[in-house]
Amino acid sequence: MTEEETTESTSSGPSRRAMIGTGAVASAIGIAGGFTAGRATAAEPTKGAPPSPFALRGAHQPGITTPVQDRLHFAAFDVTTTSRARLISLLKEWTLAAERLMDGGPAGPIGPVEGDYRLPPDDTGEAIGLPPSRLTLTFGFGPGLFVDDEGKDRFGLADRRPEVLTDLPHFPGDQLDQARSRGDLCVQACADDPQVAVHAIRNLARIGFGTVSVRWSQLGFGRTSSTTAGQATPRNLFGFKDGTKNVLAEEAKALDEHVWVQPDDHGGDWLAGGSYLAVRRINMVIETWDRQGLGEQESLIGRTKDSGAPLSGGQEHDDPDFAMPGKDGPIVPKDSHVAVVHPDHNDGVRILRRGYNFVDGSTDLGTLDAGLFFLAYVRDPATQFVPMQNSMAKNDAMMEYLKFTGSALFAIPPGPAEGEYIGQTLFG
Amino acid sequence: MNLRHLATGASLALLVPGLAACTSNSPTTGADGSDGKVTVTSSDDACTVSATEVPAGPVTFEVTNSGKQVTEFYLLGEDGLRIVGEVENIGPQLSRDLVVNVPAGTYSTACKPGMKGEGIRAGFTVTKSDTPVDAGDQANVEQAQTNYATYVKDQSDQLLTKTTEFVRLYEAGKDDEARDLYAKARVHWERIETVAESFGDLDPKMDAREADLEPGQKWTGWHRIEKDLWPQDAKDYTALTDAQRKTYGQDLLKNTTTLDSRIQKMTFTIDQIANGSRGLLEEVAKGKVTGEEEAWSHTDLWDFQANVDGAKVGYDGVRPVLVANGDKDLAKQLDSRFAELQKLLDQHKKGDGFVSYTDLSKAEVKDLSDAVNALSKLTAAVV
Repeated sequence: MTEEETTESTSSGPSRRAMIGTGAVASAIGIAGGFTAGRATAAEPTKGAPPSPFALRGAHQPGITTPVQDRLHFAAFDVTTTSRARLISLLKEWTLAAERLMDGGPAGPIGPVEGDYRLPPDDTGEAIGLPPSRLTLTFGFGPGLFVDDEGKDRFGLADRRPEVLTDLPHFPGDQLDQARSRGDLCVQACADDPQVAVHAIRNLARIGFGTVSVRWSQLGFGRTSSTTAGQATPRNLFGFKDGTKNVLAEEAKALDEHVWVQPDDHGGDWLAGGSYLAVRRINMVIETWDRQGLGEQESLIGRTKDSGAPLSGGQEHDDPDFAMPGKDGPIVPKDSHVAVVHPDHNDGVRILRRGYNFVDGSTDLGTLDAGLFFLAYVRDPATQFVPMQNSMAKNDAMMEYLKFTGSALFAIPPGPAEGEYIGQTLFG
Repeated sequence: MNLRHLATGASLALLVPGLAACTSNSPTTGADGSDGKVTVTSSDDACTVSATEVPAGPVTFEVTNSGKQVTEFYLLGEDGLRIVGEVENIGPQLSRDLVVNVPAGTYSTACKPGMKGEGIRAGFTVTKSDTPVDAGDQANVEQAQTNYATYVKDQSDQLLTKTTEFVRLYEAGKDDEARDLYAKARVHWERIETVAESFGDLDPKMDAREADLEPGQKWTGWHRIEKDLWPQDAKDYTALTDAQRKTYGQDLLKNTTTLDSRIQKMTFTIDQIANGSRGLLEEVAKGKVTGEEEAWSHTDLWDFQANVDGAKVGYDGVRPVLVANGDKDLAKQLDSRFAELQKLLDQHKKGDGFVSYTDLSKAEVKDLSDAVNALSKLTAAVV
C-alpha cells in the first residue's frame, strides 16, 4: 500500500470501499477489499509517459501561475450533505484522486480495468494510454459553503468566511442564467488534452455523488491568456490578443501584491497563499462583431488585430500611450477595451487572467453560443475585480458585443501540505 | 453596432466604395507601382513613396510609420485639396493600407506626421489603362446628406411631439391611451436610434433596460414607464404613485427636449449615413429579433420595423452613389433583400401596428433573424 492509500483508508468519511459497502453489492465487500489490496500497485501512471511537471501540494495550488494549458473543463458543485464530516471526507478523497490524476494515473486506487468484474471500475477509463497532459486541478470554495441564502451557518464555517467572499454584485449587462452561476465548490481542470480534463471532472463528480452535485460545468477549448513569459498571447474569438498585461509567474512581487492572499488580509489565517477566482461566462455577439470593419474592431479593442500592438504604436508588449493624440482625441480611444481595463486607469490594479474560449453549439437563431469563459485570480475581488467590471460595463465600447450569462466567485485555498487535504486550513 | 463617433463627427474609417474606394486591406508585395502596389514610409520629417506613377485602377499604398508621432497619408486631387483617399491614425511602427480606385490624372501624395499642416507632399501620376474607373458623383452625395439630415430632424421633432402627449396621458392616469401611444411614439426614436444613442449622457437615462443598470444607478426613461404600464409579467411589482409618474414623465420629456435641440444642429457625412444604416440593422439583430428590447410591452416588432425604416432611408440616400459608381448589382441585391424582409414583417402586421412579440413562433423569429442577417451582410459590403 502506498502512503496515500493508508491515508485514505483511515479517513473517517465514506471512502470508496465504505461506499461499496453501503451499496447494493454489500455481499461483495470482502472480496472487493481483498482484491484491492492485492492489486494496489496497478494504480501507477501510464507506462512510458513523462511525469506531471506540476505538484498538487505546495504553497499554492497548481493551475494558477503554472503555464496555462489549452483545454479546460470547469465544474461548480452544490454541497448536498449537511454533514461536515462527509464534506471533509470528500475533500480528502478528492485530494488523493487529484494527485493520482495529475500524475496520469487513475482516479481511484485500483484502476479502470484492474478491479473486480462485478463492480463498476473506480476509474472510468477514457484516459487509458493518455499521458498526464500537464493536467492541473484547482479547487475552490464559494460563499454558499459558509452560509446559505438565508444566512444560516452550514458547516460551522460562517465566522471564517472572508468578508469579500460574497456573491458578485449585479453588473450592467448581466443577463445571468442562475443555472450557470454560483456554486459551493469549484474544480478547474486544465490540460493539453480535453479528454484528460473531462476525465478528471467526470471522476471527481462521480466520487462526489451523495455529498455534492454538479451545479453547472463549462468546457473551454482555447486559452485566451498567458501566465508565463515564454507563452505567446493567444487570441479570443473576436480574433484579437487580449490580456497582454497579465500578471506572470515570473513576477514574484506582483503576485504577492495582486494575486496571493496575504496573512494579514481578512481570512488570511486560512486563505494566505491562496487567492480568489472570479468567474464570468461572457457570450460574444459574434455575428454582429464579424460585420464590423477592421478599423472599427481595432478602435474598439485599442490594439491592432495583426500584431496586438497598441494603436499608439510599437510592439505588442509596448505600453500603450494613452496621451498620444490621434485625429479625434487620443489615438487609443478612451472607450477602447485596452484603455478601460488598463492598470493605469484602474489604480494600478492588475489581475491574473486564465480564461478560455468556448463554443457551446448554436442558439435557436443559428448564432454561435460562444464567447469567453473569463477566469481571473485576484487577491481581493472587492478592490480588483468589482471596480474593473463596473468600469468596463460603463465605459467599454466592446460591451455592445458582450452578454454576461454566468457569474461566480470562489476562494481558492493554498496548496495542501504533505499529508494534508485540500482546504484543511479552513476546516482544521 | 457602435456609432460612438457619430456625435463628435469623428472620421470613420469606412467609406463608400467608388466614392473614395477605401475598401480593402489586402497585403502588399511589389513596390514599383506597375502592379498597383506602392509602399510609403512616413518618418517624422520625410515621406518616401516607392513609385510616382501607376496605371489607372486599384492602387494599394502600404503606409508604414517609421517616426515617433502619429501620421496620416493622403492621396489628393490635382487641386491639392480634394481628398481622393486617406488613411489616418497610424501609430509609430505600425502599418496601414490604403486602397483607392483611381482614374488617370495628376495627383499628389502627402504624409502628415503629427497630423498637422500641409504635410510632406509629392507629385503622383496615374496613367491611362484598360481598367475603367468612375470618378464618383458629388451631387448625389450632397443630395443624400441633405435628405438624411432632414429625415433625422423630422423624426426627432415627431418624437418630441408624441412623447409630450404620451407623458401627458401617463401622468393623467389614462393608461389605455398611454399604452396605445407607447410604441407609436417610440417608433420615432427607433428610426434614428443610432443617432439618438450617440449621446452617451442621454441614452442611459432615456432607453436603459432594467438589466443594463449598475448598482446605485437610477432607472429612468421609456422602459421604466413601460414596466409600470405593463406590470403583469413583473414579480412583486409595486405600481408607481402619481407623484412618481410625474417625476419619471417629466424626466423623459426633459431629456427628449434636450435630444431634439441637439439633433436639430447635426449634419451627416455620406459614410455616417451608410454606417448608420448598417447600425440600425445591427440593432434589430441584437435586441429586437430576440425580444429583449420591450421586455414588458412586447412591442418589439414596432421597433423592428422602425429600425428597418431608418436603415432603408439611409440606404436610399446612398443608393444613387452606389449605382453611379458601377455597383448596380449590389444595389439590386439590397433592394430585393429589403423587400424580402418587409414581406416577412408584413405577415405580422395587425391594425396600424404589429402583433405581440410573444405571438411569434420560434420558426418565425428565425426567419426574421435570417432575413436581417442577409441584409446586414450586404450593408456591411457597402460601407
